Amino acid sequence: MTATTPPMIRMAGVNKHFGSLHVLRDIDLEVDRGQVVVVLGPSGSGKSTLCRAINRLEPIDGGTIEVDGTPLPAEGRALAKLRADVGMVFQQFNLFAHKTIAENVMLGPVKVRRMGKQQARDAAMTLLDRVGITDQAGKYPAQLSGGQQQRAAIARALAMRPKVMLFDEPTSALDPEMISEVLEVMVGLAEEGMTMLVITHEMGFARRAAHRVVFMSDGEIIEDAAPQTFFTTPRSDRAKDFLGKILAH
Amino acid sequence: MLGLIDYFEPVTDNIGLFADAFLVTLEICLYGATGSLLLGTLIAACRVSPLPPLQRVGSAWVTVFRNCPLTIVLFFCAFGLPEIGINAPFFWFGIIGLVLYTSAFACEAVRSGINSVSAGQAEAARAVGLTFIQSLGTVVLPQAMRTVVPPLGSVIIAMIKNSAIVGAVGVGGDLFSTYGTLVSARGLPIIPVLLGVAAGYLLITIPGGILLGVLERRVAVAR
Ligand SMILES: Nc1ncnc2c1ncn2[C@@H]1O[C@H](COP(=O)(O)OP(=O)(O)OP(=O)(O)O)[C@@H](O)[C@H]1O
Ligand SMILES: [Mg+2]
Repeated sequence: MTATTPPMIRMAGVNKHFGSLHVLRDIDLEVDRGQVVVVLGPSGSGKSTLCRAINRLEPIDGGTIEVDGTPLPAEGRALAKLRADVGMVFQQFNLFAHKTIAENVMLGPVKVRRMGKQQARDAAMTLLDRVGITDQAGKYPAQLSGGQQQRAAIARALAMRPKVMLFDEPTSALDPEMISEVLEVMVGLAEEGMTMLVITHEMGFARRAAHRVVFMSDGEIIEDAAPQTFFTTPRSDRAKDFLGKILAH
Repeated sequence: MLGLIDYFEPVTDNIGLFADAFLVTLEICLYGATGSLLLGTLIAACRVSPLPPLQRVGSAWVTVFRNCPLTIVLFFCAFGLPEIGINAPFFWFGIIGLVLYTSAFACEAVRSGINSVSAGQAEAARAVGLTFIQSLGTVVLPQAMRTVVPPLGSVIIAMIKNSAIVGAVGVGGDLFSTYGTLVSARGLPIIPVLLGVAAGYLLITIPGGILLGVLERRVAVAR
């Protein structure tokens, strides 16, 4: 990789309001290729908005966002093409309820990448095998456990061969015993060198897989440090306070 | 018994006329329903699209055609369009008016169905890289079906009944005009003729309702 390679994600001077609420304040953030960044912060601090701004599910009011050197296009085909390269995993899984697990994973490759059905099915089965749910391929999302649904959702995102993966609290809606099966898949991805932006309060994941931890509060990035540094010696009072709360239980 | 048969002689004697008129009305309804569903879905797509200008066109469309009396819309089509140089048989003007008017109601039925599908479904579709049209067509509308069919059915039944007004504007040859032909022009008794006309409409709306019930059960079972 040369010094001129653009970062995978670059946000510069990004601002966003919901009405009079200023949810993103002058956000500057770069995520390099192969880097895993964990975003932390109290509820309402703007983590989801930041994550959704990166593939323009949430349009911003000011500043620039680039993915792999390309500024986010306005609504239209170019934006759809960019989104295809950015995998996204939601807290609520959002699997297509009327399609089977295999069809969920195949839909993007067939409709967006114009891949043949059979090839897409084979690729889907390989991915489902990787996340450990081949036996669920023919079922509908509602028939799966939360952990299985989230793993299917990860497979659906991976099927597009994304350049970067965004995770918005992927384990927050899961029963405790299912959290680790999802985190395992994510750690595996990180080890393979996937560029990832992960909103999570799972300290274990941050310690094991993250290169950086970004701490947000009231729409601002307050700290940006290596996990070890952040967890042991947070600089700001807000981070200390936050860590005190989440480490208390 | 014999008296009853005598009573309906104005209908039985003109059964061929009734049959032809029935077919004309059926034709109006088929074109009308197809056009209204397609146009209504298109307008609904505009209303939920990410492009503000399209949203505004969609909501203006609904505001105008849902709030204008059908008779006025029909008069605009039948007598206004020729004024500006558009010429076609009354039959087509009637269908255009009926479609314009009904599309506003169809749009709102489709839109409420779209809104019943959780926003996360469309977001996931867009995040995968589907275009707006693809996400609507492959993810949102199929899931909206279940909630859309019943209200859309009511819209179409109302349209079938409204097609009588198309007849009143002067399409000619349809069920409603039969009244004019037999009662006003030939002086036959009013009530048996009207009963015959009504029966013709019921022959479309009642099977239509049954078909709708079947369809409702189908989409309720399909996931
Ligand atoms: N669509 C919206 N309309 C109006 N306000 C919104 C909208 N989405 C989010 N907000 C507000 O913006 C702020 C930031 O929300 P965001 O979801 O980004 O926070 P978060 O850090 O992800 O919180 P959580 O940990 O609870 O998920 C909150 O105050 C929220 O209420
Ligand atoms: Mg959030």
